[in-house]
Amino acid sequence: MDKDKRSTGYSLSVNDTSHEISKSWLGESLLYVLREKLGLYGSKNACEQGECGSCSVLMDGVLVCSCLVLAANATGRDIKTIESISDDDSLTDVQKAFVDAGAIQCGFCTPGLLITIHDFLETNPEPNVLEIREAISGNLCRCTGYGRIVEAVQIVSKQKSVGQGGSDDSS
Amino acid sequence: MEFHIASSTEEICSLLAEDPTREILAGGTDFMVEVNFRQKDPSAVIAIDRVPELKQWRHDGDAVSIGSCVTYREIERGPLSTIVPALAQSARTVGSPQIRNIATIGGNLGTASPAGDMIPVLLALDARVTIRSINGSRDVAIDDLITGVKETSLADNEFIEVIKVPILKGPQEFLKVGPRNAMVISIASLAMVTDPEQTTVAIALGSVTAAPSRAREAEEYIQGFLDWDAMTVSSSALPDFRRLVAEASSPINDHRSSAAYRTHAVGVLGQRALLRIFESRDDG
Repeated sequence: MDKDKRSTGYSLSVNDTSHEISKSWLGESLLYVLREKLGLYGSKNACEQGECGSCSVLMDGVLVCSCLVLAANATGRDIKTIESISDDDSLTDVQKAFVDAGAIQCGFCTPGLLITIHDFLETNPEPNVLEIREAISGNLCRCTGYGRIVEAVQIVSKQKSVGQGGSDDSS
Repeated sequence: MEFHIASSTEEICSLLAEDPTREILAGGTDFMVEVNFRQKDPSAVIAIDRVPELKQWRHDGDAVSIGSCVTYREIERGPLSTIVPALAQSARTVGSPQIRNIATIGGNLGTASPAGDMIPVLLALDARVTIRSINGSRDVAIDDLITGVKETSLADNEFIEVIKVPILKGPQEFLKVGPRNAMVISIASLAMVTDPEQTTVAIALGSVTAAPSRAREAEEYIQGFLDWDAMTVSSSALPDFRRLVAEASSPINDHRSSAAYRTHAVGVLGQRALLRIFESRDDG
């Protein structure tokens, strides 16, 4: 048996930084490790059953609920959290659109929604409303009623289409 | 803490042979909920979600062989969505994008919930499941694998390797009732698949029986009322067809729904699926 696989610790690559995780309990979730061991509080802990999406992260570029990932099984995978969404202190296009559209109220669901929408717009830069609603169907927001969140996604999509020389036929 | 990341099916076999109490972890979307809610306290786990052969699917004669760790997303979005359309429809109704990105077809079978949404589709399609252990492989039907509520015939040293799904040329439907369109555990579901070459209709029910169940009387009854060339069904057959589908269910009352509603709903789903595939004709 490979001894590394039986050790009590493991390493995680989070936002391009390698961390040694020790004093581990086998069942600990990636969300628990991110928040309680690495001090990355952007991923929120609410339902712990994958219902709310507020703990969403990217694992090897795939959007997942970090509460449903066994932390030890994230070894050797590239984890990106909301903390990595911007290179500096400036807002990303999606963050700015959230502010402009008034898509934030209490803010608890916002990190999960931002990472979800960034991921979604990369694969589908010009979505229709149904596609937007399906993409954010795993992120619960109890304040906004989603209308302004959908609007924020549309703002970014329109900006991207204009930025890439796409036609702006909505005027 | 004992945790293994398996890299091949042979390694899974030997790890289970060495200690059959080790638990299998695939996508984790059911497993981790139990852990997070302290219903499960794992002491030894084998993660199988990085085993290359379990993450692939391939054509296999008149069937597709789907590795047990193929995700819902791949079934929903990839080429499988046109090869086994009802399976893709069921995959799309499960959880959210985050769940579908990681949850697996093998996990849906292994969890063996009556509300597992792929189960009725696989049963209607007569899919076969390859079970593997250090002693070799065996092939079982869906209703031989899943024997009751969260109960399977898997021995402790066995794991689900491949699901072999026949490719049919006729239209297929998967329909499901729940309180919203996303993140929904089925109250009632139904899969209907057609085989125009054999002129057969197969119907399986979800969330309304303890173990996977076909609506065989309804399947046989409707045969006499179908026109396979025109793809029509006699409208006079619909009330009895709906009743026979509903009678194939034996649901329970629980916090999600009453048994009476489930029985009614599954009959409605049967008729709806039938009329999406066959146009209603008035025989006068």
